[in-house]
Amino acid sequence: MCLAVPAKVISLDKEIFLGEVTIMGNSKMVSIALVPEVEVGDWVLVHAGEAISLISPEAAQESEELWQAIIDG
Amino acid sequence: MIEDGKRKYFRLFRDELERIAVRPVRLMEVCGTHTMAIGRAGLRQVLPPQISLVSGPGCPVCVTADADIDSFLGLAKERRVTVATFGDMMRVPGNEGSLADFRAAGADIRVVYSPLEALELARSNPGQEIVFLGIGFETSAPGTAQAIIRAGREGLKNFSVYNLHKTVPQALQVLLDDPGQALDAFILPGHVSAIIGEAPYRFMPEKYGVGGAIAGFEPTDILAAIARLVKDINSGCPRITNLYGQVVRPGGNTAAQQILAETFEPCDADWRGLGMIPGSGLKLRPRYAGFDAALKFGVSRAPAKVRAGCRCGEVLKGILRPVACPLFGRTCTPEHPVGPCMVSSEGTCAAYYLYEGGKAHAS
Ligand code: SF4
Repeated sequence: MCLAVPAKVISLDKEIFLGEVTIMGNSKMVSIALVPEVEVGDWVLVHAGEAISLISPEAAQESEELWQAIIDG
Repeated sequence: MIEDGKRKYFRLFRDELERIAVRPVRLMEVCGTHTMAIGRAGLRQVLPPQISLVSGPGCPVCVTADADIDSFLGLAKERRVTVATFGDMMRVPGNEGSLADFRAAGADIRVVYSPLEALELARSNPGQEIVFLGIGFETSAPGTAQAIIRAGREGLKNFSVYNLHKTVPQALQVLLDDPGQALDAFILPGHVSAIIGEAPYRFMPEKYGVGGAIAGFEPTDILAAIARLVKDINSGCPRITNLYGQVVRPGGNTAAQQILAETFEPCDADWRGLGMIPGSGLKLRPRYAGFDAALKFGVSRAPAKVRAGCRCGEVLKGILRPVACPLFGRTCTPEHPVGPCMVSSEGTCAAYYLYEGGKAHAS
């Protein structure tokens, strides 16, 4: 349940602290209140609808493979 | 399991650990996602025998006390409310059944992906009371806090939270205070640490002489953390090391810390296996008390009734391996869980069942 997965930021509405991201191919609206410095195109780690950390594209790609494996069991 | 390309690397790592592990050490991986990753990669099998790796209390569903499970099941059963919860909670068994059972019997229970989705349910169903089950550690609590702050701003009256959030460092202190544990070091959770940073763990080396390494979730990240910890134990210099710098800033996520401080204050919380731990819970501050489902619906805590035979409490403290539970793999399986440690995807019993020969043990 503490799993946070990488997501790429597609669009942002900073006024209401929401962003659209793609998580492993699916698009989702997430809160960006915890990463106020985020910009479109950045990668973030998302946990339960909350972006909790900015990450590098390299780290994102690495962990995407790992999460896919863990989620698939 | 480990692909061929990585096998060689693993053997090298194992040899290195064999070389540096000069005395028996007992390490605990705190986080349930680490337990899962360790199981998947078969790491327990590649470690030299001097290094034992025990699983800790880092699965939020698993550490939820029976009394709390029965209390929120009681709330769901009243049917006046719609309960919104993460999928993980659906099959957690209470004394009168699980949320899934209650839903089958007609209770309005929705699985949501996030607290924001629960909030959206409240917006689009103004006549209906929506209660979100707030469960999780520091990684999850900021999301619940966000939903409460947004509900407050929008003046939503039909949204509340049944709040069971807990904080990790206080639980580690209880383990350190327990003379039966004899833990030499901790592999610390990566995503909890992304929120709280390094400072909340400093008491461990300072007061207890026990170090910790914040680690990522790749098998190689975990092996690197083990090597770091063993070296620190050997040199007699326990410390907190952050090996997950690409995600965890030393100070954590300050925006999240501010939001948590605005919304919650520490309170005592009951942990399965560890008991009541002072200051390990998060309670809504008085200004947000209107969003506290327990107050709003007058939920009194159900008396504690532990289900016969389940030994999750000992599993969560790392003193019993799941396979040593008489029910493991027999009456208790992921399809028919007796205890919460078998329910959650990060539960220790579920991880051992899936990856550590539990299935074979059962048949
Ligand atoms: S195997 Fe099942 S009954 Fe035994 S401790 Fe684990 S969850 Fe509880």
